[in-house]
Amino acid sequence: MKITPLNQIHRQLGARMVDFGGWDMPVQYSGVIAEHMAVRTTAGLFDVSHMGEIEVSGAQAFEFLQYATTNDLANLTDGQVQYTALCYETGGVVDDLTLYRFAADRYLLCVNASNSDKDFAWLQDLQKNTDFSDLALINRSDEYAQLALQGPVAANILAKLTSTDLSAIKFYRFKEGMVAGIETIISRTGYTGEDGFELYCAAADGAALWQELMKVGESLGLLPIGLGARDTLRLEKAYALYGHEITAEIMPIEARLAWITKLKKGNFVGRDAMLKAKQAGLSRKLIALTLTTSGVPRDGYPVLSGGRQVGYVTSGTMSPSLRKGIALALVETTVAESDEPLQIGIRKRQVLAERTALPFVK
Amino acid sequence: MDFPEELKYTEDHEWVLVENDVVTVGITNFAQDQLGDIVFVELPEVGDMLEEGKTFGVVESVKAVSDVYAPVAGEVVEVNEVLPDEPEALNNSPYEAGWMIKIKLADPAVLDGLMNVTAYKEFVEKD
Repeated sequence: MKITPLNQIHRQLGARMVDFGGWDMPVQYSGVIAEHMAVRTTAGLFDVSHMGEIEVSGAQAFEFLQYATTNDLANLTDGQVQYTALCYETGGVVDDLTLYRFAADRYLLCVNASNSDKDFAWLQDLQKNTDFSDLALINRSDEYAQLALQGPVAANILAKLTSTDLSAIKFYRFKEGMVAGIETIISRTGYTGEDGFELYCAAADGAALWQELMKVGESLGLLPIGLGARDTLRLEKAYALYGHEITAEIMPIEARLAWITKLKKGNFVGRDAMLKAKQAGLSRKLIALTLTTSGVPRDGYPVLSGGRQVGYVTSGTMSPSLRKGIALALVETTVAESDEPLQIGIRKRQVLAERTALPFVK
Repeated sequence: MDFPEELKYTEDHEWVLVENDVVTVGITNFAQDQLGDIVFVELPEVGDMLEEGKTFGVVESVKAVSDVYAPVAGEVVEVNEVLPDEPEALNNSPYEAGWMIKIKLADPAVLDGLMNVTAYKEFVEKD
C-alpha cells in the first residue's frame, strides 16, 4: 500500500487507518463528528498528500490545457487557481481537478489520488494523438506533500508561521512563500466550504510543516482531520466527489458542473458529445435531498417516486451540522423538475426526502 | 478496554446480561469504538420473535451500516425506546444507557454457546 510522508505521524496520533484507493490513510482521529465540527467552528488539518500533481509546461501548455479541460483558461492570471475537469470524448469525466497557473506557459494540475496515474497516462495519450509538440508533462505526485488547513481560524493559525500577507491571497488564488521556514505553495482553496488553505511543500518537509501547524494551532482549537470528516464536510457543501457525482458515465453538465464546462470556449475533449446531449435534452439531473425523518441515505440507495425507481443516491450521509440525513442523487430530469414527492429506499423502508436548495449548509 | 465480568459475549461483539429467563442485549465497547460516531439505530418491535444468529437491528455510524445479530432465540419483551433519538448512547454508555433489547429466552440452554469475559477478551485481541 502507498503511504504519504505523514504516515508515521498519523499512527502516533492513534488515527484509524484505512485503505483508500491503495493509500494507507487516516479515516478518523478523535471521531468524525468532533472533527467535522472543529472545521466548521475553529480549524482542522488534513493530510492530503495522496493527491496527485501533474506539471504542464511549454509554449503550447495553454493551448493544450484549453483543449484537454472543460473550463476556460482564457481569463486566468498568474497566481490563480481554477476548478475544472478532464473529460472523455463521450463527455464522461476522467477526473476533476484544480489547475494552478504559475505562468502563461507553466501550470500545475492537482488531481485525485486514485486517478493520478490514469490522468497522467490520459494526458500523455492526448498529447501523442494531437499535434501539441512544444509541451512537457511531468508527474510530480511523489515530490509533494500537501496539507489542507481549513476553518474559520485557519488564517490566524497560518499567519503565525509566515510573513506572507495572507489577506492578499484571495479565494482561489495562491502565492509561493515560506511557512515555518519551509518553501510552500500557499493556496486559498479547499474542499470543506470554510475559509482555509491548501499548502504544498516538498515531500521531505511535509511532516515538519504538519508539526509546526499543530503546535501553533492547538490553542486555537486546531484538530487533525481524517477522510471521514473530509467527506461529510464536502457533502454538506454539495461538492462533487469523483466516483460518485461524476464518473466516466456521468457528464459534468448532468452533475451541476455546467459552471466549469464552457461549451462556448471552442473545441475541447468531450464538447461534441455534451452539445449533442444538451440539444437532445439531458435525461438526468443531480439534485439534493434531505430526509424528513431519521435515517442515513447512502450511495447506491434507490430514489423512488410513486413506487417507481427514478434515480439513485450518488453520495449520502448524516450531516453533523444539520443532524439530518442528506443526499445528492442523480434522477430523471422530468422528476427532478417536478414537485412529485420523492422517497429514498433504505433497506425495507421508503423514507420521504425533500428537495433541498444547495448547499445543504450555507 | 472495559468488558464487564458479569456479561456474556458473542463473536459479533454483542453483550448479553442474563436475568432468569430474560436477557438484555447490546453491543460491546469494542464494537462501538470500531464503528465510531453512531448516528442511527433500528430496533425490532416488542413481540417480534427472533431467531438465533439472525439480524434483529441495524446500527449506523457516519461511515458505515452494521447489522446486529440476535445472540439467542426468543421473544422481544422490551426495546430501548430512547435509542432512536439518542443513538450516541451506544458510544457513551454501551453497557448501560445503550442497552438495545430484552429477549425472553426460548431455550435457556443456548447460553452455553456464549463467551465469558476471558474468552471474549482473547477473541478481541485476535480479531
